[in-house]
Amino acid sequence: MSDFSSNGWAIFVGAATVIGLLACLWLLFVASKRIPMADDNSTGHVFDEDLVEMNNPLPRWWMILFILTVVFAFAYVAIFPGLGSLPGKLGWTSQNQLQAELKAAEATKAKVYAEFNNQAAPALSQNPRAMAIGERLFINNCSACHGSDARGSKGFPNLTDSDWMHGGSPEKIEESITLGRQGMMPALAAAVGTPEDVRNLANHVLSLSGSAHNSLAASAGRAKFAVCAACHGMDGKGNQALGAPNLTDKIWLHGWGEEAIVAIVTKGKTNVMPAQGGRLTPAQIHVLATYVWQLSQPTMAAQSK
Amino acid sequence: MPKTVIPIVALPQSSQEMVSLYQSEAKIQMRSVTGWFAGWRWALVWFTQLLFYGLPWLVWNGRQAVLFDLAARRFYLFDLVLYPQDVIYLAALLIISAFALFLFTAVAGRLWCGFACPQTVYTEIFMWVERRFEGDRQARIKLDAAPWSAQKIAKRGGKQVVWLLIGLWTGFTFVAYFTSAHQLLADAWALSLGPSELFWSLFYGFATYGNAGYMREQVCKYMCPYARFQSAMFDRDTLIISYDTARGEPRGSRARGVEPASVGKGDCINCTLCVQVCPTGIDIRDGLQYECIGCTACIDVCDSVMDKMNYPRGLIRYATENSMAGNWPAAQMWKRVFRPRVLIYSAVLLLIVGAFVTSLALRLPFKADVVRDRGALARLVEDGRIENVYRIQLMNASESTQRFHIEVDGLPSAVITQGSNVEVGATQARWLPVAVQITPEAAQALGSGAHTLRFRIAASPSQVVTEKSTFVVPR
Repeated sequence: MSDFSSNGWAIFVGAATVIGLLACLWLLFVASKRIPMADDNSTGHVFDEDLVEMNNPLPRWWMILFILTVVFAFAYVAIFPGLGSLPGKLGWTSQNQLQAELKAAEATKAKVYAEFNNQAAPALSQNPRAMAIGERLFINNCSACHGSDARGSKGFPNLTDSDWMHGGSPEKIEESITLGRQGMMPALAAAVGTPEDVRNLANHVLSLSGSAHNSLAASAGRAKFAVCAACHGMDGKGNQALGAPNLTDKIWLHGWGEEAIVAIVTKGKTNVMPAQGGRLTPAQIHVLATYVWQLSQPTMAAQSK
Repeated sequence: MPKTVIPIVALPQSSQEMVSLYQSEAKIQMRSVTGWFAGWRWALVWFTQLLFYGLPWLVWNGRQAVLFDLAARRFYLFDLVLYPQDVIYLAALLIISAFALFLFTAVAGRLWCGFACPQTVYTEIFMWVERRFEGDRQARIKLDAAPWSAQKIAKRGGKQVVWLLIGLWTGFTFVAYFTSAHQLLADAWALSLGPSELFWSLFYGFATYGNAGYMREQVCKYMCPYARFQSAMFDRDTLIISYDTARGEPRGSRARGVEPASVGKGDCINCTLCVQVCPTGIDIRDGLQYECIGCTACIDVCDSVMDKMNYPRGLIRYATENSMAGNWPAAQMWKRVFRPRVLIYSAVLLLIVGAFVTSLALRLPFKADVVRDRGALARLVEDGRIENVYRIQLMNASESTQRFHIEVDGLPSAVITQGSNVEVGATQARWLPVAVQITPEAAQALGSGAHTLRFRIAASPSQVVTEKSTFVVPR
């Protein structure tokens, strides 16, 4: 497809190319015969008493190479898209070269990952080669948001702790990576009541995890928790099907303290994890998910003790 | 000073008719020569080719001693494992080559061209093969003129076969520097070479065959830029191959045993042997020409003729233009050869070689790079401590597993909480996530912003790399 709006430019480029090539040949032949200017093979003038400019014949092999170059050029523009918008005999485009190279890269990648496909996460996490690949995949794709050590920061989950909003099993992690996640908390301040009510509710929420809070405000806000229970559960332990966080642990993704909770209840929160399914193959996601899963295993093991 | 105008003088118009601007080069049938210089030339052929053909077969540490593994991006030179980041050594090597070139060209002209250039070396080898099959100059001229016969086909065919084999072996050897030579030989024998190995072997093989078998002096005369800028590197005190005009002229034949001066002749007997042995087909008696590649064949052959005539050697010899013009004694000429220009080149060369060797000797067998996280600049962890995360790239430039110990300093209370000890395999490179924490009191004292932090990465107590980075304390 031509980038120009008018076809005239394509014709201009094609014509200029062909005329240029023919002109090179013409120049070669037109200049092939000459009347010598002086008997000593020079241009026939003497400068500064003894300086003479020679006009030696070119070697014939040079001329033959020149002609071969022009022939090559003609062949090249016939095969490849060199004449304006003509596509060339091979139909080459940079897009289909890219596609071919991607396919070849996929085939090479598939070979590397083939041995890991059938291994489940617990076994695969013991494979040092697989985990080295997982570490590199993580550093290249995930560390920009989740940090190089996977401990996240404000707004980006810590993958090494035991708190999983959408499920922490290897299958659930694979799902999160492949499809992405969208956490949606609606702004419920209106449902709660006055700003005073919201503050009381925030203190009650803080009390659920045993964090520092105002006990009076907390008891006043307990009744209002019914608004939250729909998603976060009556006990506040969260709902992994909905991606509603566990409010009873001390892990605060969006900030700690009364102000932060008031802000979330008032404004709501949408947090997105982009889907990686289009960028990584299923085999790669399997290795990556295993790597992420095994990062949290020490914490999980310690907790279950 | 008043301007002098020298008018341009026109030469008389040529009497010739139209001529062609393209001319088939006359084939040069070079006569073979032996002598002191020829001996040196052959010594260099042996030396350079033993190196070139022999190095890929040497084994070191269980792998090829000299191997440039482009796919894995590691370059092995005996004990050295070089990374692409070490390309500065290649640059230094090229600078050293350039200054060495300037130095010995300023001293003695085109020593490279006549003695060491691959074009000359391979042409010598191919011409030796040609002499074996077709004989010396006279025999070859006769063979060129002779009609095709079984004998001519056998001679020419045999020569072509040997030439092709040498070309193929040269192409193969070249590729062997980039892949394992033993593996390549096995693949070639089983006719299962990879596409790129096959292509490059054939390409360099064909280039060797074409350049040494056919192009020969055409490369030196028309393609090589060195011929054209040699005049910038010479001066009037450069030793060049010179014909002693004062001694040799007027040239001409004379009876044996006759004193040349008595018959009004110089020492040159006009045997034209100096022209016959010249690989570029010039007459050195015309003086310094750009085609002369400094092969010294004319010196050897003229010396042998002088010996036969019982005249002193050196009618064609290495001499400087100044010494020829001023008729200097040899001692004075040699003294002038070591002039300021040559001494300065030598000093610079010595400095660069010294720096190069020292740098290589002091080189640490690993590289480290610290990249701080930019997505998660800083985080608050339990107890109010501030944590920053970094990635350290560790590149093991040795062939044994290395254990690294990482520490930080430069900030009070800074400690590494994760990743302070790590193992990296031989010639491997690895990214390692590292977390550094400081106490809330220290953070308070430092204030918000970026503060300089230093990482000390040690493979052993004496091999330490220090890398700077920053520690961010959030507002």
